[in-house]
Amino acid sequence: MNSIHHFFETFITSFDLFIVGMYWTLAVTVCAFLIALVLGMFFGFLKITNIKILVWISDFYVWIVRGTPLIVQIFVLFYGLTKIILIPTFWAVTIGLAVHVGGYLSEIIRGSVSSIDKGQQEAGRSLGMTASLTMRRIILPQAFRRSIPSLGNQFIITLKDSSLASFIGMQELFGVANLEGSTNFDFMTYLLVVAVYYLVIVYVLTVFVRILENKLSVSD
Amino acid sequence: MVEQNKIIIVEKLNKYFGDLHVLKDFDMTVCESEVVVLIGASGSGKSTLLRCLNFLEIKESGTIMLDGEKIEAKTHDLNKVRERVGMVFQHFNLFPHKTVLGNVIEALLKVKKMPKEQAIKEGKELLAKVGLSDKSDVYPSKLSGGQKQRVAIARALAMKPEVMLFDEPTSALDPELVGEVLLTMKQLAKEGMTMVVVTHEMGFAREVADEVIYMHDGYIVERGTPKEIFENPLKERTQEFLSNVL
Repeated sequence: MNSIHHFFETFITSFDLFIVGMYWTLAVTVCAFLIALVLGMFFGFLKITNIKILVWISDFYVWIVRGTPLIVQIFVLFYGLTKIILIPTFWAVTIGLAVHVGGYLSEIIRGSVSSIDKGQQEAGRSLGMTASLTMRRIILPQAFRRSIPSLGNQFIITLKDSSLASFIGMQELFGVANLEGSTNFDFMTYLLVVAVYYLVIVYVLTVFVRILENKLSVSD
Repeated sequence: MVEQNKIIIVEKLNKYFGDLHVLKDFDMTVCESEVVVLIGASGSGKSTLLRCLNFLEIKESGTIMLDGEKIEAKTHDLNKVRERVGMVFQHFNLFPHKTVLGNVIEALLKVKKMPKEQAIKEGKELLAKVGLSDKSDVYPSKLSGGQKQRVAIARALAMKPEVMLFDEPTSALDPELVGEVLLTMKQLAKEGMTMVVVTHEMGFAREVADEVIYMHDGYIVERGTPKEIFENPLKERTQEFLSNVL
């Protein structure tokens, strides 16, 4: 009973700190994911072109990103970048995360675009639409719908992976838990508190993705 | 007979897929308002021919003339050429993320850059023509196969093509839905639309075609009026094919 009481007390007293932490977690996640979408589209499309050198570039990128731990990528980017140019921690983390997630998104985007029936492209072209117009108006909207569950999933992974930002000194959710836990000699309680924050955010996101999915699949 | 406007002239058309010689010195002329029906076993090159006429496939050699103009991939903007040649596919290929009306007016809006109001007006007229006025705001997934194909016909007609190509338009349909699509096509033929049709519906060929071409293995075995082909085929292969399908 005592420990449950202690948990809630900690939860309430640390609320302000965690809200700030949550702000940074969400900021890093959203920024990184948006940049990752651009990267993912770019490298995903390189692969769709079927031009050898472009496919190779894309494969190489995905190979590096998938083949090394995110924490290594963030450290390399952080210490590498800050040696060359002075870059705020926030952007070092965001870019590191974006490059990482971009690799996974490129595969998701490539997969969903090539999963669209070839007849769709032919129908568009047969009406006199150019290749790029067909891509924009016919293929991409369908591919996007089809990829929503995977994109949502990847967003949630990004959110949780952003906790690694604390290793280079960023006070996002996990960073707050880490700092408060060690200064108060109460690591376990703060870890449980931060777990609740993650659980709630991920739950809200999951529901949101499901609603989006249902809404858009009506027309499919 | 009055000299008619030749909409399509195909001469010595050759098409390969790798080592496979799909079309062999194919010749064909389609006059205005004429309906040419291509019959033959699958793999005989019928669909490939249609796809070459619409430049979804590019020929290796030979000429394709559209309304007196020789069309080459190098010298022509094929997107512009495709606007003039309507195509209806076996599997409809409707855009599932757009409503029925949205399907019909998509190219009017984005290719012809027609003002939205006018596009909607024309789209609705076309849907009325294929008997689907009440379905304009419905998504394709809610339609039967026959309805889908009629929407696809309306979509192709929207571009006001000079010729319509039909690639086995009823092959993917349940038997009871074939009639409504054939009826729409007959209607079009009656209105003077120039059509090239690949089909296994011999009844349609017999009733509507001006010329029937029997293809085998990439070349023309026999061509003639429906009466000639169906009642008195000269070549043994044609007789064999017809005895199998009729």
